[in-house]
Amino acid sequence: MKFGVIVFPGSNCDHDAYHVVSKHVGQPVDFIWHKETDLSAFDAVIIPGGFSYGDYLRAGALSRFSPVMGAVKEFASEGKFVFGICNGFQILCESGLLPGALMRNAGLHFVCRHVNIRIENDNTPFTNELENGRVLSIPVAHAEGNYVCDDMTFDQLEENGQIVFRYCDEDGMLTDESNPNGARSNIAGICNLDRNVLGMMPHPERACEEMLGSNDGRDIFRSLTNAIVYAEARV
Amino acid sequence: MKANVYVTLKPSVLDPQGKAIQHSVELLGMKNIADIRQGKFFEIALDSTISEAEASAAAEKIAKDVLANPVIEDYKVEIVQ
Repeated sequence: MKFGVIVFPGSNCDHDAYHVVSKHVGQPVDFIWHKETDLSAFDAVIIPGGFSYGDYLRAGALSRFSPVMGAVKEFASEGKFVFGICNGFQILCESGLLPGALMRNAGLHFVCRHVNIRIENDNTPFTNELENGRVLSIPVAHAEGNYVCDDMTFDQLEENGQIVFRYCDEDGMLTDESNPNGARSNIAGICNLDRNVLGMMPHPERACEEMLGSNDGRDIFRSLTNAIVYAEARV
Repeated sequence: MKANVYVTLKPSVLDPQGKAIQHSVELLGMKNIADIRQGKFFEIALDSTISEAEASAAAEKIAKDVLANPVIEDYKVEIVQ
């Protein structure tokens, strides 16, 4: 089993993701420079948070053209796991690997605090250690996390169980106050139809140690590890 | 030859930045402002050897594939001699 963490110019959560996979999940992990085009050594790639290409044009818009993204598309089409966090989620939407787009926060401010998110689908490679309705405390840190999509896309997301996380209050209720960025229907994270590509705005890699205020993020990384073990056993 | 590309949010997409700008303009004492929406403007200089049709096709492609995100934005291309 091997995890990869993609590094773009301007990524800044790459070391956090690497640390969590190596220390808390206990699995081999390597950095992947964005000019790389061969991902055959990996079972899962993490597209980390940060400000790739300085967020020029739109957050994630220019990263789509990095050589590694062609390889990521192929990797995803083979059913391997792609996990985009924050800027990684923006890149996945810009690349067309996930539907919709992430716009400027409704309140215009950069929001940096712990939020509560509710598990909406526990039947994905990223949530198999969790249960529907469970509330996780995970930090967000973004200015462009306001998820938008058209009505048809939204209906498809709902019908296919592609909405994986929603912002909620500490009791799991979906309220406007608990939505940090104005995202449609409190959406915090979605997956593709095949469920092997997931993007989320909150940072689970920053919530894996008690001393950081929460270790709720670990279950997401553990879920992904389970999914890789399961996929390996099937081959 | 030059191409001007205007990228604007689709009418159905809310524009919180435009709203904030409108609010500031109103604080200036300006009245009768119904709405302000923010967009982006790009100037693309093209080789003088190509035809207007080629310039237009190139600018369209750049606008569609790079400058605008079709999920949330519209674009308009203008060729200037």
